[in-house]
Amino acid sequence: MIAFLLRRLGVAIPTLIGATVIAFGLIRLVPGDPVLHMIGERGASPEVYAEMRARYGLDRPLTTQYFLFLKNALNGDFGESIVSGQPVWHEFMDRFPATLELGLIALSLAVLIGIPLGVVAAVRRNSLFDYALMSVSLVGYSMPIFWWGLILILFFSVKLGLTPVSGRIDFAYDVPPWSGFLLIDVWKAGEGWPAFKSALVHLVLPAIALGTIPLATVARMTRSSMLEVLGEDYMRTARAKGLSRMRVIFVHGLRNALVPVITVVGLMAGSIVTGAVLTETIFSWPGIGRWLVESVLARDYPVVQSGILLISLAVIVVNLLVDVAYAWANPRLRGRL
Amino acid sequence: MSSGGAVESPMTAPSSFGEFWFVFSRNRGAVVGLAIVALFAFLAIAAPWIAPYDPALISDGALLKPPFWSEGGEPGFWLGTDDVGRDLLSRLIYGARVSMAVGFLVVVVSLAVGTLLGLVGGYAGGWIDAVIMRLMDILMSLPSILLAIVVVTVLGQSLVNAILAVSITVIPGFVRLVRAQVLVEKSKPYVIASRTFGAGPMRQIFINILPNCMAPVIVQGTLGFSDGILNVAALGFLGLGAQPPTAEWGTMLSDARSFIESAPWLVTLPGLCILILVLGFNLLGDGLRDALDPRLQK
Repeated sequence: MIAFLLRRLGVAIPTLIGATVIAFGLIRLVPGDPVLHMIGERGASPEVYAEMRARYGLDRPLTTQYFLFLKNALNGDFGESIVSGQPVWHEFMDRFPATLELGLIALSLAVLIGIPLGVVAAVRRNSLFDYALMSVSLVGYSMPIFWWGLILILFFSVKLGLTPVSGRIDFAYDVPPWSGFLLIDVWKAGEGWPAFKSALVHLVLPAIALGTIPLATVARMTRSSMLEVLGEDYMRTARAKGLSRMRVIFVHGLRNALVPVITVVGLMAGSIVTGAVLTETIFSWPGIGRWLVESVLARDYPVVQSGILLISLAVIVVNLLVDVAYAWANPRLRGRL
Repeated sequence: MSSGGAVESPMTAPSSFGEFWFVFSRNRGAVVGLAIVALFAFLAIAAPWIAPYDPALISDGALLKPPFWSEGGEPGFWLGTDDVGRDLLSRLIYGARVSMAVGFLVVVVSLAVGTLLGLVGGYAGGWIDAVIMRLMDILMSLPSILLAIVVVTVLGQSLVNAILAVSITVIPGFVRLVRAQVLVEKSKPYVIASRTFGAGPMRQIFINILPNCMAPVIVQGTLGFSDGILNVAALGFLGLGAQPPTAEWGTMLSDARSFIESAPWLVTLPGLCILILVLGFNLLGDGLRDALDPRLQK
């Protein structure tokens, strides 16, 4: 286990360094004076300009600048947004839980629906259900989710009037952040059912949009992994012992078939971020994806630079935790990862 | 399709083109995929002749006209017009041109760079291989959209930069694939025999090994089209790719968002084009995989 941890860290650390280099290089590769980028177009007094230059060590060699950047980051200093004047770290922490909540719900949808569908398709191989599911999942897999989100809005919000078009909760509710997960915070704030329902209907469409590609992936993976397991000798043995069909499929089959599926789901953090950027833009979801895109469009360089670093860091840490959790739960994986 | 020529050559031995076609044509999905791709390729090439209007032509009297089958539609504009009076059908046809070109460029750039890096890394081994693979690990573990945002932030928002950004994110797939294949081929007798006859690294890599790595690369290349088209359209949608008034499907969608209630056809149709074309390439890629390389079959 220790050897596994070290090996896994050996991959995560260079990636982390790579992310810092990319974020560091970003603002310096943009043509023009980095300080002017950081101050923004409205300009600043010569004193502020000089202070900024000193703070980022821009008069010193590039390597010194890089280490200064690392030192600032380690001290939690990620610079300030040009647009809002707020520290980037605060802006990130305000928005990160919203993305996390959306991502977790989307992934849960994908797993809870995708795995049973994949199992049924594998058990009834070449049936009409199997063909239908595989066709639909290929469509889901090819889905431009920025369009899919708009179609969901068009149907459920505009035509049927069932769901709101944007945001996380109705304006009528004032929910102070506690966990950052609105579905939990509404109870803490004592707003009760109506607020919970409001948060839930706001969440449904974005979660479907974000969960579609993972759902298609999980269903297809479960099917192919289950098909492989169904052909194993131990499955025949289990049947021959006289165990019921359901027991064989779910206890003996599914448990083994789930290993590759869970690994893939765990490593979806990166693609969830990519999806979140699009989903949040469509549904005006106040998470880190929309924040990042708006900052790029507003040329808010400090936010883009630190935002990229913080989001990469989050993804790397999640991937690492997922790997470690699996290795702990399933010793067979340790050699493979 | 560029794969037609490659398929006939001895690269994919032992299957000749006839055998390939036999397997491929029995796969209904693959044939549908090929038909979709062929249709869009035709639209892309023939756009100036078949589009009823110039995609940028503004008809003052026809703003937000619905398609001809709905109430208020005009027969002159089959699929209606957008908010400034441009013919939607013409813009969709020209959009096929943009998306096919985007997919092609993404695949060419990432395939060329990725194959080269994979060949060099796999053949050279040692620290060169280690450096290349670590770089690819970094590229793969960061969310692709972040890399794209970095490239677009540095170089500015344009279609060309979006293509470049997406190409970079597709490279690692090719590198890993080619490298794995090279590692297998490198120790085969024909390569060793060639070396004993004095073949240098260039000959080994490009003449002996490369052709035997082509089957999975062709499959990956086809799937790369769908990645490229989807991601460049996504950047266009976010305002980080093609800029208006380019007739690019993602950008058109982004423009149409504010008309989702009054002119839903402006939202549904461009996205449907993206979906169908991406689906076509995915079907084609799966079919090619089954036909070209039985070992990869699932």
